[in-house]
Amino acid sequence: MGKSIDRRAFLKLAGTGLGAGALYQVGAAAGADSRGLALTELLGRQNGERVTPFSFVQFSDTHVGFEGPPDPLGTRAFEQAVETVNALPRQPDLVLFTGDLTHDSEKEGEALARMRRFQEIAGRLKVKNLKFVPGEHDAGLDGGMLYRTVFGATHYAFDHRGVHFIALDNVSQGKPVLGPEQLAWLRKDLARFARSAPIVVFTHRPLFDLKPEWEWYTGDGDEVMNLLAPFDNVTVLYGHIHRQHDFQDGHARHLAARSLIFAFPDPALTDDKKPLPFDRSAPFRNLGIRRIDLALQGQRPVLGVDEVELTSREFAGTVGIQQILKGAESL
Amino acid sequence: MKTTTTVLAAALLACGWLPGQTPASPKVITITARRFAYSPPEVRLKQGETVTLVLKSADVTHGMLCRALKIDSDIPPGQETRVTVTPLKAGDFTAICNHFCGPGHGNMKMKFIVE
Repeated sequence: MGKSIDRRAFLKLAGTGLGAGALYQVGAAAGADSRGLALTELLGRQNGERVTPFSFVQFSDTHVGFEGPPDPLGTRAFEQAVETVNALPRQPDLVLFTGDLTHDSEKEGEALARMRRFQEIAGRLKVKNLKFVPGEHDAGLDGGMLYRTVFGATHYAFDHRGVHFIALDNVSQGKPVLGPEQLAWLRKDLARFARSAPIVVFTHRPLFDLKPEWEWYTGDGDEVMNLLAPFDNVTVLYGHIHRQHDFQDGHARHLAARSLIFAFPDPALTDDKKPLPFDRSAPFRNLGIRRIDLALQGQRPVLGVDEVELTSREFAGTVGIQQILKGAESL
Repeated sequence: MKTTTTVLAAALLACGWLPGQTPASPKVITITARRFAYSPPEVRLKQGETVTLVLKSADVTHGMLCRALKIDSDIPPGQETRVTVTPLKAGDFTAICNHFCGPGHGNMKMKFIVE
């Protein structure tokens, strides 16, 4: 095993035009040449399972039940995203939903009806391996009681083709925290892995102080990241902020997916946390896609992020969806 | 012990305290949280002056987060939550509700103006 191999090279995140967050392709770069093969074999020996290439999709903030303004289209972007993923020539292995599946309601029976409606739309996906975490709109009012009866546990972990996935709940206590019990669970969960284990965390709120004044933070996020600090290869996927965001913190990369309902502005440009207005001429503006590709700068792998705006044929009179599908096929 | 008493008395005299008086208690300001606003929506504070905030909820559990003033508290209904604040810096500081309380939660906020 050559010392020049960068273990972080093994996890390739390649986004494509989905209008639904991002499609992540894992492992393709690592297996592409002899260096990559040697790396995956090493990781396989260290971590118990060799990584084999696969892809997955992230959806976020579908807010089923929300009705405009600012977005009068309800579940249209969500449904369009499902159709788009179904049309991919190569189906992803799994789909992760990073919270706010539904919009909260205190009307009797309505919260459950919205969760069932969400399940009906998500159930149209050809991919049946769906994983969820709650957002505060799903689980913030009742401590996650209803969510658990419909979707199951709010935090859990699983392994898939050599990658360890961790679902974290930073919403169901009302406040943006995981709490000591979940932190203890996480510590125990991580204990069996070697430092080289590739880890994907998915959660709703950012695990770092992105904009506390807009509640874009997790109170004990530092403790989570300290537990993850020994690991060489950590990717955190989250939602909540209704816009794409990319933040590198040491060895960990934090990536936010766009929403499928409406977008928030850039907090660096305004203090006013007000959704961006609906534009009938471009109804899915800012609900677009993120393409992430791996490039190499010398020996160092670099992730390139390319944003593509989603448009709708029905409302804008364009063929935007078709253009996006064409882009996806080229992967 | 005598030395400690002397130093304390000297410190109080330096602050304008006269023998026979009790040291002034911090000013108390009551703030009531109600879905989805605080009352009053603005509170003026003085730089360096310690105040006690009495936080109450008129309905469900709310929260208050203001990092600049080191406030991070839950506000459950039916009780008073007391927070002592000494602003060190002048400026306008936004406090938000950080305990999810319903559909208007995302914009439930107030302002502390420190002069």
